[in-house]
Amino acid sequence: MKFRGKIIDIACLNHFTRVVTTISKLTKMCVLRLTPDNLFFVLSGKVANGGVSMWCELSQANFFEEYQMEGVSSEDNEICLEVTPENLSRALKTVQNAKAVKVKLTKKHCPCLTIAAELPTLSSVSRVVTHDVPVDVIPRRLWHEFKEPSMPDFDVSIYLPPLKTMKNIVDRMKNLSNFLVIEANLNGEMNLKIETDLVSVTTHFRDLGNPPWGDDASQDGGPSQSRDPESMVEARVDIRRLQQFLMGQQVNPSKAMCNIVHQSVLHLILLHEDMSLQYFIPAVA
Amino acid sequence: MAIKSVQSVFRSLTTLEKTVEKCHIDLDKQKDRLTFTLHCKHGLLKTHNLSFQDSESLQAVFDKDSYANVFKAQPRLLVDTVIHFPPSLEEVTVSVSDERMWVRNHVEEEAEASKAMLTELCLASDEFDHFAAQVHNSVTFCLKELRGLLVFAESTGLPVSMYLDEPGSPVVLSVTDSVLEGNFVLATLSDDPSLRKNSSKGAHTAAPPPPDDFMNDDMDSYLIAMDTSIAPGPSNTGPPPPSLADDTRSKRPAAVSHKARIRIEEAEEEEEETDDLDRLPNKKFRSLFFGSVLPPSSQLSTQPMTSQEVLASDSEEET
Repeated sequence: MKFRGKIIDIACLNHFTRVVTTISKLTKMCVLRLTPDNLFFVLSGKVANGGVSMWCELSQANFFEEYQMEGVSSEDNEICLEVTPENLSRALKTVQNAKAVKVKLTKKHCPCLTIAAELPTLSSVSRVVTHDVPVDVIPRRLWHEFKEPSMPDFDVSIYLPPLKTMKNIVDRMKNLSNFLVIEANLNGEMNLKIETDLVSVTTHFRDLGNPPWGDDASQDGGPSQSRDPESMVEARVDIRRLQQFLMGQQVNPSKAMCNIVHQSVLHLILLHEDMSLQYFIPAVA
Repeated sequence: MAIKSVQSVFRSLTTLEKTVEKCHIDLDKQKDRLTFTLHCKHGLLKTHNLSFQDSESLQAVFDKDSYANVFKAQPRLLVDTVIHFPPSLEEVTVSVSDERMWVRNHVEEEAEASKAMLTELCLASDEFDHFAAQVHNSVTFCLKELRGLLVFAESTGLPVSMYLDEPGSPVVLSVTDSVLEGNFVLATLSDDPSLRKNSSKGAHTAAPPPPDDFMNDDMDSYLIAMDTSIAPGPSNTGPPPPSLADDTRSKRPAAVSHKARIRIEEAEEEEEETDDLDRLPNKKFRSLFFGSVLPPSSQLSTQPMTSQEVLASDSEEET
């Protein structure tokens, strides 16, 4: 197994760092899958983290000047590592002014992702800083746990309001209740509701727009087409999970939308120029 | 005397510059009082009476000029170096060779070693104002103290001189100008077997950082090699006596939680008395190694030495 990548462009480095930092705010540990064309940060839904799962896809060509990898075998040309994204984020943040940053899979005292950066100096010799981030190699037999999630058979798909606005509202609602109901319809309307014994608060959003998925999105073409555009579908979620998702966002995405499967799952999708992030929050009763 | 009290006298720099004509400092030994009198414009007199407590002053035993390795750098270089390490990092290891200086984070507990993130930075000799490494050494000392003094050095813009010697000997950082000389004496971790190998005069063309394979910890052979004079500490095995250093140089003690500290002294501070300082540092550390276990929190420089308990007798003294 080999992996070697090099980032030279400062903007790419900056962007990559921000992606990793966003991931680090969403989860403490995750799986990094490396393929010849892409990098994936994957979190598989487990009871321990509230059933939340995440899939973040980056195209390596958008970030790395050089990228070489050799997977576990020629049929399975992939590398799967369990990593603490915060360590990666910390390492990358300190080398933002580097001339070049190399990311390599190495074996030091244990398998590591080594981030080696060449820093600009006044002297003739460059200053080199290396960060060895320990990783765990995931064996092939477990790879099935980290596959790309299939698009759920959603009832409503709607664009999200500006994330900052959403975050402000969710932050305040969190003080009142642990659970939040997010409901939306095909008419571009979304409501965020909380309800307690003493008070219920609803924030209404209008004219959000619904993404045109077309026929291939919902399998039998039934539910979304024949659905009454006014009728709302809802999902009741743990407000902290939603807040965590909103807190971590560092960049404004080109597109932000969510799919709701009625009383089942909230599927958030953020699309950036060269990165896509999907986040699944299961609904609770 | 609390620094905050003195700070409050000179609180607002801009006001001082505008209004104060002269400052008179008077020490009254009988009343234990230090008086600052600020003579301001328009005949205004501000008097600050600060009480102090007499306490024993300790002097660190060190001689900068006898140190083998001397470096001098602009504070910016060191600030740019420490910025790569997380703020929570306690200790850092500095290794030097003829042309280079490596700065690494020091990973303490063996249990963490396999999962800890390692960071290393390499500085070339021509980044320094002065670089003289006669002996290739590695020393480990407290990073937090270093950060503190770098803040001071950066604000004054004065270059920082660093005096390094063997592990165990304190590292001295010094800031000098025409009106002040500040010496920051930091204790270093001593007798780390994996580091001892590197301290040889020019024997290596490039002194590598200590071998990273400290998972090669063969506890059994370690125990056999050690003397039965090692008293049973709480699941602690100290490093072997120096004579066995070469055999075991690739091994590390299972739980290296020994820290020996001589107190850190800043130029103007005074601390509680300990009676250990008259002894040579080396001897002191060796006796602490056998069984003395320090909880991580007591690594702070300002803790007095007397709080440590040597759990095992130093049987070496008997032979």
